[in-house]
Amino acid sequence: MRKNLNVIAAYSIMMGLIILVGIFQSWNIALSIFNLCLISAVMTMGANIQWGYAGLINFGIMGYTALGGLAAVLISVNPVQEAWSAGGLNILLSLFLIIGMVLAVRYVLKKYEKSKNRTYVIATIIILGIIIIRFVSEPGIEAIEEVDPAKTGFLGGFGLPIIFSWIVGAVFAGGLAFIIGKVALGLRADYLAIATLLISEIVIAIIKHEDWLTRGVKNVIGLKRPAPYEVNLQQTDWFINLVEKFNSGKLSLISDLTDRQSALNQLVIEGSSVFVKLCYSGLFLVVVIILLILTQKALYSPWGRMMRAIRDNEEAANAMGKNVVKQHLLIFVLGSAIVGIAGAMLVTQDGLFTPGSYRPMRYTFLIWVMVIVGGSGNNFGAILGGFVVWFLWIESAPIGLYLVNLTTAGLDDTHFLKVHLIESVPYFRFLMMGAGLLLIMRYRPKGILPEKIEIK
Amino acid sequence: MDFINAIILLLNYIFVPALAYGSQLALGAIFVTLIYGILRFANFATGDMMSFGTMFTILFTWYFQSVGIGLGILPTALLAIPFAVFFMIGYMLLIDKFVFKYYRANKSPPVQLAMVSIGVMFVTQAVVRIIIGPSDRRFFDGEKFLIKAGEFKEITGLNEGLAIKSTQVITIFVTIILVSALFWFLNKTKTGKSMRAYSDNEDLALLSGIDPKKIVIITWIIAGILATIGGALYGLDKSFKPFTYFNNMLPIFAAAIVGGIGNPFGAFLGGYVIAFSEILLTYAYKKFFMYVLPQSMEPDGLIQLLSTDYKFAVSFSILVIVLLYRPSGIFKGKVL
Amino acid sequence: MAFFEGSNMTGGYGNGPDIINACSVNVDRGEIVSILGPNGAGKSTAMKAMLGLLNLKSGSVTINGKNITNLSPQDRVKEGISFVPQNKNVFAGMTVEENLEMGAFLINKNYMTIIDEIYDLFPILKEKRNQLVGELSGGQRQQVALGRALMIKPSVLMLDEPTAGVSPIVMDELFDHIIKVKRTNVAILMVEQNAKQALNISDRGYVLVTGENRYSGTGEELLNDPRVRSSFLGG
Repeated sequence: MRKNLNVIAAYSIMMGLIILVGIFQSWNIALSIFNLCLISAVMTMGANIQWGYAGLINFGIMGYTALGGLAAVLISVNPVQEAWSAGGLNILLSLFLIIGMVLAVRYVLKKYEKSKNRTYVIATIIILGIIIIRFVSEPGIEAIEEVDPAKTGFLGGFGLPIIFSWIVGAVFAGGLAFIIGKVALGLRADYLAIATLLISEIVIAIIKHEDWLTRGVKNVIGLKRPAPYEVNLQQTDWFINLVEKFNSGKLSLISDLTDRQSALNQLVIEGSSVFVKLCYSGLFLVVVIILLILTQKALYSPWGRMMRAIRDNEEAANAMGKNVVKQHLLIFVLGSAIVGIAGAMLVTQDGLFTPGSYRPMRYTFLIWVMVIVGGSGNNFGAILGGFVVWFLWIESAPIGLYLVNLTTAGLDDTHFLKVHLIESVPYFRFLMMGAGLLLIMRYRPKGILPEKIEIK
Repeated sequence: MDFINAIILLLNYIFVPALAYGSQLALGAIFVTLIYGILRFANFATGDMMSFGTMFTILFTWYFQSVGIGLGILPTALLAIPFAVFFMIGYMLLIDKFVFKYYRANKSPPVQLAMVSIGVMFVTQAVVRIIIGPSDRRFFDGEKFLIKAGEFKEITGLNEGLAIKSTQVITIFVTIILVSALFWFLNKTKTGKSMRAYSDNEDLALLSGIDPKKIVIITWIIAGILATIGGALYGLDKSFKPFTYFNNMLPIFAAAIVGGIGNPFGAFLGGYVIAFSEILLTYAYKKFFMYVLPQSMEPDGLIQLLSTDYKFAVSFSILVIVLLYRPSGIFKGKVL
Repeated sequence: MAFFEGSNMTGGYGNGPDIINACSVNVDRGEIVSILGPNGAGKSTAMKAMLGLLNLKSGSVTINGKNITNLSPQDRVKEGISFVPQNKNVFAGMTVEENLEMGAFLINKNYMTIIDEIYDLFPILKEKRNQLVGELSGGQRQQVALGRALMIKPSVLMLDEPTAGVSPIVMDELFDHIIKVKRTNVAILMVEQNAKQALNISDRGYVLVTGENRYSGTGEELLNDPRVRSSFLGG
């Protein structure tokens, strides 16, 4: 117990901070921070598996997150019949052509020895394939995008409950990771970082510009929810009763009946959105706990030991007959799949999919700050990193504002410096993240909760 | 006649813009490659360092404009650049002293230094946004065009116009001067050669009495010059926006790696490889074929290989292909 | 008192265990001295101790009577001690002539005459002066490495396994070059695996075992010593 004291202390402080936000700002804000902390925790667990367990740098987190979001759209949205009849056939045909092209390339790769001619043949197959696919898909895409472009203009999805997308998101992300891993895992650490960063940009470019798939930058809104809607809740009797019971003390102080009713209405409106957020918190918490149990089990299993051995000395592990390449690929896929789950969770919570919002600062580098700050190699550390960094990311604006007011207290309110600084408050979060990362890397390079492996 | 029109068309829409864009990328790529070769890490703060230098260029440009100093038909920014370079070098040496030096002294692995550079990226980005804000800024003044499309048509009597912006000419001109000076320095001077030696074989360089501290300082000075000028030229030609600069890091990395990281000449050429392939693959060739093909064979579509939306994707795909087939880059030869 | 002397040196890398124990090595100008011994005997370590690449716990290093025990490797280079490492001993991405220039980095006056002297010593280098060293053969690279080390006109030249990985013919050629260098009144200290051949050209030799001096004597003495022959020279 004693050795876990710092873990318990760190988490207690973190929860205390969130509760303080609930008391001083509002429970709504506190819960939305908490929910995103949970989602961030899932992302950091994914990154931590790759970096902390195996020493692989993956700067493509943004891409996997977006794929998870894509899964959420494709699973939950109802299919658009008109679009399918307008161009579905062409799209399906193109899909088969792509598969055919890949198989053809694979066949050539397997069948013939490495030579200049083989490279030319492969290049020809790919170029011809792209031209044919464009010919086939172009009319289909145009037809689909013309179907009621203001509302749909895309194929839609399968109309299933959005929760399923959490699994499908993992499959999508894992699939992409498998392809990337197959081709890029042999690269040196820093090259791998750059390659994954660039590939994730390509993924975003495709999602942004292929309107027939998910409406591109026109966004998909109003996704189905796994939780009740606020509007419905506000008219449900049991919920109103619950709120009344919860606040009976406060309400009984109001003597006037109409006043009491309006106060209750206000509380019900507030309560409904808190309740919805709590539903999400519950769902997310289940995911985090399941993943935590699995990753902890993996860490202490013989497999986890082997991964650490590979991380710490690749050559020795190789010499001992461990298939380093295969294990790296496996862990790359697993970690990315977890990030994919987080991506789907994020879109589920927001209820909308906005490809334009995927930016590397927010979805790749910030996650890395979380992993490094929290403690790479330690799952509790990584999750804590997700909490701490997300909390600061959100709360840095108020903190920044407070600091600006404090330091410029002597200045007039209209002084240009003060006005300028107050306008710049949103950017203090970058400053805090950067400074935090630099300080942690310098003075506590293993993170807040460092990796600690006990031999059981 | 149609043939000449077709050539002018390609010059106007592909060659000239790609040459200018390529020069801007080339300066950034040499910056990345120098840091990688001598300080031995991938600098993820590249784009933001360039935006930092550009910010100072803009601030000085505003100052000069406000006191009425200008260069006539040339942009005032050219006058501001030397001052901005000065501040930029100061900033870089400061960062080196307080951040990178510690890890260098501890002989940290390159991956750790790359992580540290992400911290620097966050901080630099914040500083730039706090000082000058996140919005789009144009700071070009002076004569906009060297040759206007309309004038060109009148003079030559062709259908196609050739427009050459003065910023494009300035970009190419400055790049040639800067890069020649740099290569002269690296290949002909004792200090430059010692930098190459240090990049080639650090231990042996130390045994030969080369002073690593001096090498590091000179590297940051050169890097500061390259980052400021590269960033300022890009900003003059297009516009300055911190987010765009951050994103420019990606094609710049692509150029540096395509050229063989650690090899400045490769990085220089890599910039043009990336720029030309981006523009060549996303240009719609319909009009070109209308000129060169007989009427009966005129194409219906745009004859565009990829939509311009995928401009970035082109350079990244090239990079991925190069990384897979020739991780050392397409240009062999000397390291640094 | 010899010109270049390491006496009773004890130490190891970083905070690790001691690799050499009260080890003493000395060499005079115009003399070739070999350090021999089985793998892991601390041969290279003894040499690196004299160059200042590890901190000595006890013992001292002197050159020409001057105590240099506390000088950094860079400062020892300024005292005229040159070192050719076993691996990565050239700037592979630079030309032959640039390699030589880098060797003369600490010399501020005109070093072109020294380069000409090196070219006289190693004529092949003059022929290949503008070629990248990475493109040269193994033996030629070793000549570049020697040439680079000679650029400061050292009084002491230390060679760490100069013939490792080269063919027997090239080895003989390299030893010829080393003898030529010795004639220019340089003190040469080398670590060698090819013990017999090394002793043949050495004036003196030391045999180290587990970091301690075991045998020493002139090259001929060691070659004829039955104990040395049976344990190190393969009978």
